[in-house]
Amino acid sequence: MILNWIATLLLLAAAFGILLSRDWRWNLGILAVQYVGVFWLVHASWPIAAASVKLVTGWMACAALGMTMVNSSLQSPAESSWPQGRLFRSFAAGLAVLISLAMASRLAGWLGLSFPVAWGGLLLISMGILHLGISAQPLRVIIGLLTALAGFEIIYAAVENASLVTAALAVVNLGLALAGAYMLTAETSQEAK
Amino acid sequence: MSAPLVWILFPMLLGVILIFVRNERWAAFVGSSLAFLLALAAWVLPIEATFTLGARIFKLTETFDVLGRQLVLTATDQPLLALIYISLCFWFAASATLKVAQRLVPLGLIITGLVVAALAVEPFLYAALLIEIAVLLATPLLLAPDQRPGRGLIRFLIFQTMAMPFILFSGWLLAGIEADPGNLALVLRAGILLGLGFLFLLGIFPFHTWIPLLTREAMPYAIGFVLWMFTTSALLFGAGFVDRYTWLRTTPALVNILTLAGTLMVASGGLLAAFQNHLGRMLGYAVIVEIGFSLLALSLGGAAGIDLFFLLLIPRMLALGIWAMSLSILKELAPTLTFSAVKGVGRAWPFAVAGIILAQLSLAGFPMLASFPTHQAVWEGLAQSSPGPALWVLLGCAGLIVGAIRSLAALMAAPEGTAWGIRETWPQRIFLVAGWLLLVGLGNFPQWTIPLLARLPGYFEHLGF
Repeated sequence: MILNWIATLLLLAAAFGILLSRDWRWNLGILAVQYVGVFWLVHASWPIAAASVKLVTGWMACAALGMTMVNSSLQSPAESSWPQGRLFRSFAAGLAVLISLAMASRLAGWLGLSFPVAWGGLLLISMGILHLGISAQPLRVIIGLLTALAGFEIIYAAVENASLVTAALAVVNLGLALAGAYMLTAETSQEAK
Repeated sequence: MSAPLVWILFPMLLGVILIFVRNERWAAFVGSSLAFLLALAAWVLPIEATFTLGARIFKLTETFDVLGRQLVLTATDQPLLALIYISLCFWFAASATLKVAQRLVPLGLIITGLVVAALAVEPFLYAALLIEIAVLLATPLLLAPDQRPGRGLIRFLIFQTMAMPFILFSGWLLAGIEADPGNLALVLRAGILLGLGFLFLLGIFPFHTWIPLLTREAMPYAIGFVLWMFTTSALLFGAGFVDRYTWLRTTPALVNILTLAGTLMVASGGLLAAFQNHLGRMLGYAVIVEIGFSLLALSLGGAAGIDLFFLLLIPRMLALGIWAMSLSILKELAPTLTFSAVKGVGRAWPFAVAGIILAQLSLAGFPMLASFPTHQAVWEGLAQSSPGPALWVLLGCAGLIVGAIRSLAALMAAPEGTAWGIRETWPQRIFLVAGWLLLVGLGNFPQWTIPLLARLPGYFEHLGF
């Protein structure tokens, strides 16, 4: 139980870090750390071998995005739309945390999950959606989608453990990373022109 | 041999091989030939019965096991397979004239394989995962390697990805409802989650914004294909939910929800199309109208509703294909496709311009064109049960017709004395004229599609009976 709490707090720190950081290196590094927390919370419902699929897939997604960014001339560009400030993002993230906290106990009771697992899942979903709402940059959008999906996977692991679903979700995660890598490469080519 | 191997894995495998083919014509030829053969096979070969080919005896089994779950294609799925693959044959064949075959054919085969797998997978709610993988594979199709990703593509990815968790989770809840149908709290939760999932997946108002954005940004032929493929699969998947769950099928609110959503789509899509100054966006709004018509057809219920649902598919595919092909031809001349950029091009590109106008009028339900008989039947059915929404639907169709007239005015507004010419290539002319003839032919002789469509409603076990 205490390890579940540590994993959830790790997710909280990671989700805040991704939202506030503007450097892609930090973003992807923190995302990789976030997957450690995801792995641990999925492990609450699944055997360790199956849960480790989430960790490996997540890290592969981070690696694919990282390698694309290393080879591209794109730096972390500022958002073209308002708001960009860290204060606003912190405030919005705080609200997302409160909302997820408020919903977690009901979800935990409904699905028979422990509170930290339910909160961890909802936290990532709400932070991922927040990310999608305030960013239009391909890299940030993909990170937002991966984060929201990771939150869903934590919760869904409690109700479904089929191998086909595990494999398909791994393909979806990798596919998202590869789609992101393709978009970043296309953007680089366009800028080079 | 199993049927899923033939209609799912084989086209996907060939799609992977075709990625390495660098010749446009070869890719289109191989892809369209394979699609035709698969359509023919779906039409004539029996499943779960022996047949002879030459000296050999074959039997296609229904199931194929994947990671403890099954892909199942039965004899009732065969007319749908034939429709999907014959449509694919047309899309691929015409792609050779537009220099998109090299990307469209391999990715199109893989996406089609995934979509068919989505319709075949058991338990069927896993289809959401397969559709999502197909969506991700569509990214290279919608974005050229040297093009900046626009908001439309990003929203497309977001909305389609958001749909998957809602549908998967609602599927789990629906299984619970089957065990305890009296649990109203569970029914409500499942209904909300399922509704949200399909709002995202089908681009239903207010989550439809990615459609016109994407039709503005992407290569028209590619987006035409993607919209045809994904709206068809999502609609079949959605209707499959209604077919499988008795409580959902018998919920009185379902008819009201489908009518409301369909009317909103047709009215908003049609009325917004009337004010567009971009040919690509106009296509996007027409697709929104078409999704609305499919929802309205389902809302009519009974055998008539499901027949109309399937009857909409062929004219839609035809009109979308011709419209997207014509736009792709014009895009080489005017990459932005705004009215100001294409002003007067009708004098030099008459076949493409006629294709755009005929396709748009057809999707608006204009008399004597392919969609007219079905649209008219849907409208008539709706007018009998809900006159208010029927009026809005009529307004939506009128909006699309106004859009077509405005497009025609812009495309033909050349300075006086501008000479007429024909710049389309011969293969483009042949495909476009064949398309016009089919649009007009199906409008006047809708019974041509009956041999195919008569067997399609059997795809659903309970709907329409």
